[in-house]
Amino acid sequence: MTDFGDRVSNAVRDDHLHIAIDRATAALRGRRQTALDSLPDFEDVRDFGRAVKLETIAHLDEHLVRFEENLTANGIQVHWAEDGEQANRIVLDIAKRHKARRVVKAKSMATEEIHLNAALEEAGLEVLETDLGEYIAQLAGHAPSHIILPILHMTREDVGQVMHDRLGVAYTDDPQEMAKTARTTLRQQFIEADLGITGANFGVVDEGAICLVSNEGNIRLTTSLPKVHVAVMGIEKLVPSLDELEKLLRLLARSATGQKLTSYTSLIRGPRRSPDEEGPEEVHVILLDNGRSQVLAGDQAEILGCIRCGACLNACPVYQQIGGHAYGDTYPGPIGSIFTPGIRGLKSSYELPQASSLCGACRDICPVRLDIPRMLLSLRRESRAVAPMGWTWRVGMKGFAFFATHPRLHRWVRNVGRFFLRRMADDGWLRTGLGPLGAWTKERDFAVPAKRSLTEEWRARKRKSS
Amino acid sequence: MTAGGTRVQLFPTCLVDEIRPEIGWAVVRVLEAAGLEVELPEGLVCCGQPAYNAGFHPEAQRVLLHVLAILDRTEGWIVIPSGSCADMLIHQSHELLREDAEGLALAHRVSARCREFSAFLDEDLGWRGDGLPRREASVAYHPSCHLSRGLGVTEPPKRLLESLRGVESMPVEGQEDCCGFGGLFSVKQADISAAMMNRKLDAVEASGADTLASCDLGCLMHLGGGLHRRQSKLRVCHLAELLAERLPDDEAADG
Ligand code: SF4
Repeated sequence: MTDFGDRVSNAVRDDHLHIAIDRATAALRGRRQTALDSLPDFEDVRDFGRAVKLETIAHLDEHLVRFEENLTANGIQVHWAEDGEQANRIVLDIAKRHKARRVVKAKSMATEEIHLNAALEEAGLEVLETDLGEYIAQLAGHAPSHIILPILHMTREDVGQVMHDRLGVAYTDDPQEMAKTARTTLRQQFIEADLGITGANFGVVDEGAICLVSNEGNIRLTTSLPKVHVAVMGIEKLVPSLDELEKLLRLLARSATGQKLTSYTSLIRGPRRSPDEEGPEEVHVILLDNGRSQVLAGDQAEILGCIRCGACLNACPVYQQIGGHAYGDTYPGPIGSIFTPGIRGLKSSYELPQASSLCGACRDICPVRLDIPRMLLSLRRESRAVAPMGWTWRVGMKGFAFFATHPRLHRWVRNVGRFFLRRMADDGWLRTGLGPLGAWTKERDFAVPAKRSLTEEWRARKRKSS
Repeated sequence: MTAGGTRVQLFPTCLVDEIRPEIGWAVVRVLEAAGLEVELPEGLVCCGQPAYNAGFHPEAQRVLLHVLAILDRTEGWIVIPSGSCADMLIHQSHELLREDAEGLALAHRVSARCREFSAFLDEDLGWRGDGLPRREASVAYHPSCHLSRGLGVTEPPKRLLESLRGVESMPVEGQEDCCGFGGLFSVKQADISAAMMNRKLDAVEASGADTLASCDLGCLMHLGGGLHRRQSKLRVCHLAELLAERLPDDEAADG
């Protein structure tokens, strides 16, 4: 991710992007607050949700074994995929076996993560995203920029333009009109699709079922109209039973979209059992590891408790400035800065944990109270082994530790530094500088040290009075 | 109030010590006016936060242990005029030393005596400024993240400000949002940091305040540096300075 810096500096100067982000995140934050006010025991439910997720992760192996048993008992075919490539191959095999040509997809982060669409298209399949936002992103040729609202980086007007350009409809920026156009176009395609692909919001161990939520009803269609339904699900997304599921769904809806519950909640318990029932003939669940078991063994295992609500993105002041694409991978924002290094390796993503002021807004808003700042710090520590860090930092930090523990010597270097800083300063301020000072003074002035430190003055006064 | 009678230790923080010692003196005056005897332990340089936040944990541990050892030899409350250094000593020290049983015990001992300045004044001393002479100021308060989210100290600074006669608290849009300082983040990710700063400064300037106050000099250096670049007339100061300058006999300001 060598061009992270470039993406960031483009993004912070992109006024159009900021309009889109500000409009959307302000609306989301507002709606979340209203929804919270309607759940008086929200804080307790958060504690409960956190405990459930952490417990599930701590015993993930046992839960997974039982989950597989129960899925199989329900007639769902279970596959294990160590990485994205393997998962994609499994999907392709299923598609081939059914001679599938058209695929409808419901929004799924896991399939984004493994670049499933590209793999399917390469094999000659036609893939259609059926979530409205995801559909627009696909039309525009953009990657999603937010885990709940894929086109958060686009303004209403941008969307109108894309629809006009790609679908040949008259330009409008009326959301209702645009949604109507999209739905009409999409409905046609559902009928002709032979494979439906989704992710999974939760896997319910006791039930041997997966749970999917949406606000558009497209998930229902995706999982019932095509003959075959394939769900790609990260292995961490388990909950023990329906009791826990019910509470986590409330947390998810409130945190994600500021609703009490999402409009559609589907519990998939298997293929149809007789020809006159509705639903697909075959249901497959692909349990995707793709680095997750590595994360589980490490210092950031807690991140596997994430329920992908996106609230931390909306609260994050860095996300607000740089948007989702600057993060350079599927998962943007605070969650991404932990999860991306986890699944892709720190070597290619060491810059992400650095891009945080550690303000803690994410930890405060996270429905399951993930301590994201702690994990960022832990990743920064691990980065030292893999990040190409300039020798100046290493020497600088060694020097800092040495002088901070040797006050007498510190006084001496401080005097030298202070002398030069004060000489270069104009009325106590520096307007330019080299190295870190150069970075600082790009957009702010630097207040130089006082003539005499508190400690020096203190000593002088003490001497005088004694 | 416990932890040893009327004696308190001042942990000045490296920034206050070197950049704006006036803040330290303001803290001393406020505490002395409250009847406390303030001591400044010898040999303190920095709490180690810069190394900790940069991922240089062994280095940070060395610095932290040095500071903890000095503070452990002192008596009374340890007052820290910075939310982030207080958070470092009170919370992060435990995380940083979690694998060093002896160091962790030391951290627990010392952190139990540590208090952030505004919390100490408000919660431990019940300090109120309503008896002090009236002095007009319209103040935009910036709640620094490590103070409000890290330490959970949200109300004390506001209560202290509101107790002052003539001080009007100006609401700032996005008041709780981070200002973008973040220690070394401000230079390592200077673009993001400055973008966050500019958003904050726009809001502060739009609030109509004539003074920007906070309990963290780091944020103030960053915001103040931005305001100076903008040639703004806003006064930038630590909460302690606003309190101290209202105390009687303050004409001969130290510093
Ligand atoms: S880390 Fe927390 S706030 Fe962020 S997406 Fe996951 S659950 Fe939501």
